[in-house]
Amino acid sequence: MQYSRIKSLVSKELLLDWKAKNSLAGILIYVASTVFVCYLSFQHIVEPKTFNALLWIIILFTTVNSITKNFAQESDNRLLYLYTLANPKEIILSKMIYNTILLLILSLITYGAYTLLLGNPIQNQLGFLATLVIGAIGLSVTLTLMAAIASKSSNSSTLMAILSFPVILPFLITLIALSLNFVEGTNPGQNFNYFMSLGGIIVIGITMAYLLFPYLWRD
Amino acid sequence: MAKNWWKIAGILLVAYSIVGGFLIPVPEMPILNETIRNTYFHIPMWFAMMALLTYSLFNSIKFLSGFDLSLDNKADQSVQVSLFLGALGLLTGMLWAQFTWGSFWTNDVKLNGTAISLLTYFAYVILRGSIEDENRKAKVAAVYNIFAWVMMIVFIMVIPRMTDSLHPGNGGNPAFGSYDMDNTMRAVFYPAVVGWILIGAWITNLKIRIKNIENKQNYA
Repeated sequence: MQYSRIKSLVSKELLLDWKAKNSLAGILIYVASTVFVCYLSFQHIVEPKTFNALLWIIILFTTVNSITKNFAQESDNRLLYLYTLANPKEIILSKMIYNTILLLILSLITYGAYTLLLGNPIQNQLGFLATLVIGAIGLSVTLTLMAAIASKSSNSSTLMAILSFPVILPFLITLIALSLNFVEGTNPGQNFNYFMSLGGIIVIGITMAYLLFPYLWRD
Repeated sequence: MAKNWWKIAGILLVAYSIVGGFLIPVPEMPILNETIRNTYFHIPMWFAMMALLTYSLFNSIKFLSGFDLSLDNKADQSVQVSLFLGALGLLTGMLWAQFTWGSFWTNDVKLNGTAISLLTYFAYVILRGSIEDENRKAKVAAVYNIFAWVMMIVFIMVIPRMTDSLHPGNGGNPAFGSYDMDNTMRAVFYPAVVGWILIGAWITNLKIRIKNIENKQNYA
């Protein structure tokens, strides 16, 4: 395993997505129109619980859509070429790193658009941003492996949702509870525990993906 | 006969737990009343389900280290049987909840955890169904099985400890083992658990053998 190779794999992902701006722009439009639909149906959300849950649901769906594309766009021939250059552990790590960066940007954009249109009742902005960061890491780690699994099947987009939603839920529920604390500005004592368990789930996710992906990548 | 003693043990233990479960006196509890007898039927389902899922996990791990398709068949069949047992556990639990907590479904972490794990393994079945190639199917399913098992354990073991639950033993409620169950109840409960695990194993065993025969006929 080499860091330079991981670095070039990550930049390869970046370049590929930058080259196909269509799909990147597609995700941005997806975010924009989803937020706009929410704006038209809610106008202004005052209730912290609704505000929080809706934002995370939008982020979850955006994530699932963008990560599914990430694996599905690799053609068989290109994958074959990739196998000769790098080992699977480097590939899965680079994919997770790239997806984390992508999700971080996407969730910040979602957060910006959402608060712009639907109002911003968040009491503790800094804490909320920290939740966004840890959420982006956790979602990308878990969903990258799920996307790798789903891409092996015939109906990958449907499968992506049904495989990843149950698996992501322990993480997502803790995440929503944590960010609700920051939106309401209550229970600061709980937050450390929540951060610890989110970190724990992320570590488990990375380890599992790192160990299991080598079995998955070529048939 | 010598090979099949565990099947007979399973029948005897489950029969004993059914007869004993309805006839042997139970402690009188407020709210619970006679529904406490559901302990003998509801909880063993979970034990049997978890035992089978863990068996399935071991087969998946073993499959990944040798790529023997018969191990994959074992993992697949035990997941199917455990889904059946899980559904039974959910139904008996819902019935119990209606009489003690007042509704069929409450927003309880354990209930949600169970629903999630059932969804996870239904997804496993769907995943298997949507891949044609046998070897690829087995590999992908094994990877998902291992990942899903770990996440399920995280959900049903760790998360409930962080929040309140109506179930005994979590969130400040007294545990069943320490308060509610006396020795006569234990004398029925533990045999019931072992018995249902054995019955589950037997059903799985039969399903594996049927599938093996089918495979043999298809490739002959």
